Amino acid sequence: MLLKADPTFYASPKLAMQAPKETLAYVAALNATGNGKPDAMVVVDVDPASKSFGQIVGHTDMPNAGDELHHFGWNACSSALCPYAAHPHVERRYLVVPGLRSSRIHIIDTKPDPRKPKIVKVIEPEDVAARTGYSRPHTIHCGPDGIYMSALGAPNGDGPGGIFALDHYTFEPLGRWEVERGPQYFGYDFAWHLGYDTAVSSEWGTPKMVEDGVNPELLLAGKYGHNLHFWDLRKRRHLQALDLGAEQQMVLELRPAHDPTKAYGFVGVVVSLKDLSSSIWLWHRSNGSWAIKKVIEIPAEPADPAQLPPLLQGFKAVAPLLSDINLSVDDRYLYASCWGTGEIRQYDVSDPFQPKQTGSVHLGGIVRRAAHPKNPKQPLNGGPQMVEVSRDGKRVYFTNSLYSAWDKQFYPDGIKGWMVKLDVGTNGGMTPDPKFFVDFGDLRSHQVRLEGGDASSDSYCYP
Amino acid sequence: MTGQSLFSSAHDLSNALSGSAWVLLVLLGAYHGLNPAMGWLFALALGLQERSRAAVLRALPPIALGHAAAIAVAILFLRLLQGFLSWQVLKITFAGILIVMGGYLLFRARHPRGGGLRAGARDLFVWSFLMASAHGAGVMLTPVLLANPMPDMASRAINAGGSHPGAVLAAPVLVLAVVIHTASLLIVTAVLAIVLYETYDRFGLKILRHAWFNFDLLWAVALLIAGFITLAL
Repeated sequence: MLLKADPTFYASPKLAMQAPKETLAYVAALNATGNGKPDAMVVVDVDPASKSFGQIVGHTDMPNAGDELHHFGWNACSSALCPYAAHPHVERRYLVVPGLRSSRIHIIDTKPDPRKPKIVKVIEPEDVAARTGYSRPHTIHCGPDGIYMSALGAPNGDGPGGIFALDHYTFEPLGRWEVERGPQYFGYDFAWHLGYDTAVSSEWGTPKMVEDGVNPELLLAGKYGHNLHFWDLRKRRHLQALDLGAEQQMVLELRPAHDPTKAYGFVGVVVSLKDLSSSIWLWHRSNGSWAIKKVIEIPAEPADPAQLPPLLQGFKAVAPLLSDINLSVDDRYLYASCWGTGEIRQYDVSDPFQPKQTGSVHLGGIVRRAAHPKNPKQPLNGGPQMVEVSRDGKRVYFTNSLYSAWDKQFYPDGIKGWMVKLDVGTNGGMTPDPKFFVDFGDLRSHQVRLEGGDASSDSYCYP
Repeated sequence: MTGQSLFSSAHDLSNALSGSAWVLLVLLGAYHGLNPAMGWLFALALGLQERSRAAVLRALPPIALGHAAAIAVAILFLRLLQGFLSWQVLKITFAGILIVMGGYLLFRARHPRGGGLRAGARDLFVWSFLMASAHGAGVMLTPVLLANPMPDMASRAINAGGSHPGAVLAAPVLVLAVVIHTASLLIVTAVLAIVLYETYDRFGLKILRHAWFNFDLLWAVALLIAGFITLAL
């Protein structure tokens, strides 16, 4: 408990952009070697003035093997300043780190030594199941009145997926969040418009549909998630479902505008059954309800089947497999990770209905295997995946692994984890920092969280 | 209570609460108003969300009324107990409530759930009532009311054979106490919300990062102090 508000809480996105630069990044690292060793939370030095810039400076093993660390988040953030449940003297200090496969939730203390994060509490999967009815926790958001988490499904591996919350002070699971879930069955990501008391959730598939890899039969039949759901955040009731069409398979990352007065956001679709393209859709408020429109389409690239994994050979093309998107804190630039083609794109979305592409960087890729300037002769596997943007919008970090069972299908030679940094130009454009290439070796790097908050960690109650 | 006329009510007032008690009620109102958890921050946020000063102003009455209602409930409770508890027991009871509440807020911080920015007048009233009640805003005023009466009133009561001198305050006094306290809260709330709204484009809410002292802590300490003062009355 602090005497003054945590200085990393910002009332508005504008103030967050003036924040000091991050010096450390926390990266979830998956051990997919099957050697019985656990996953880890890794600390990377991102301070260019430091001698260990671009190196791993901390490593905390999880207590068990096989968690599949994936997404994670802070216990508290700028939403702590929201007027109706203000608690700005709770520190941004603990990382809430679930195992997507094990359903075990770790609470990791980044204080007193930020380079030596320490596990202080573990919530076992049985407790999560008993208290919430959910398993496979995925997205974490520090909310104004609790720590919210989404989950892919029920403990038996079927649906429905949903949302639950943890208490801000004790980290105890508080039970299922939804009072009325309507037609919603699949879970994946969730986000909110705090200014509109509205939550949004997206759809992947049940644990049984994803844990053994993408199931081509289900995929071609359009059985993975293709809806977006809108919720009354206060009454915890389903308001509206928007169907993107069954050919739009796997509606994943949600990035709402940071400005709480703006009622729009972007969602990425992994693959279209029509032509293997990926797409980004804009949801927006229109005449009192929510509407959705495709604003970006990223085509598949023709390829020699000999260079493709079995799953894609029949198509003679490599799909972009858009796996993550991120929106800068000023809501100006949208970043899109094309994990299949090995490309990260930048769009100017000042006019959200008319995105303009302003940058592209190639690294890795199923066919391309593009190298990093630090080791121009070393082909890279994996591709741009979890992308994170610094609060000031000047630096973009990303990693290259997706999800162990899916890594195997699309990069059968096995993924070696890496993390890179891009510098963003004043008027868009991005260039890889030639000095920043973090080699994770056999570990697979996943989500990146920046010290003090980043573009996807915080939400704001003031414009 | 003797008379029903306006004149005699006013007479009661002047006799029932000391000047310093009224000043304390006003100061406590201002103190409550300063706490971001009592409403100015909410009014500001609602104004910013709609980009309208009118929205700030609209939020103020329900916030003040909710606070007043919470204060009134606490005072009614005191008044009710005055009917059958001796002053000594009453004093210890309220000291106990204050100390327990202060200790609880000190060691087990909490915040409400289920709030939101799409708040209408009714939501604001309920929110303000709950925030003031949960923070013990009303109980914090009870020592001021218990510390009375004025010496002359006390002697009169003693002369009349009462064992707890004049502890039963006249209803109009209590109503006025709620009004005065709330008016003070409202002025501070309104000034903070409007000034920060008007200067928002230049300064934003930078001030929050540096100036938002842990009011919950301060508040808990205030409750504890009030509790010990009550004991010492």
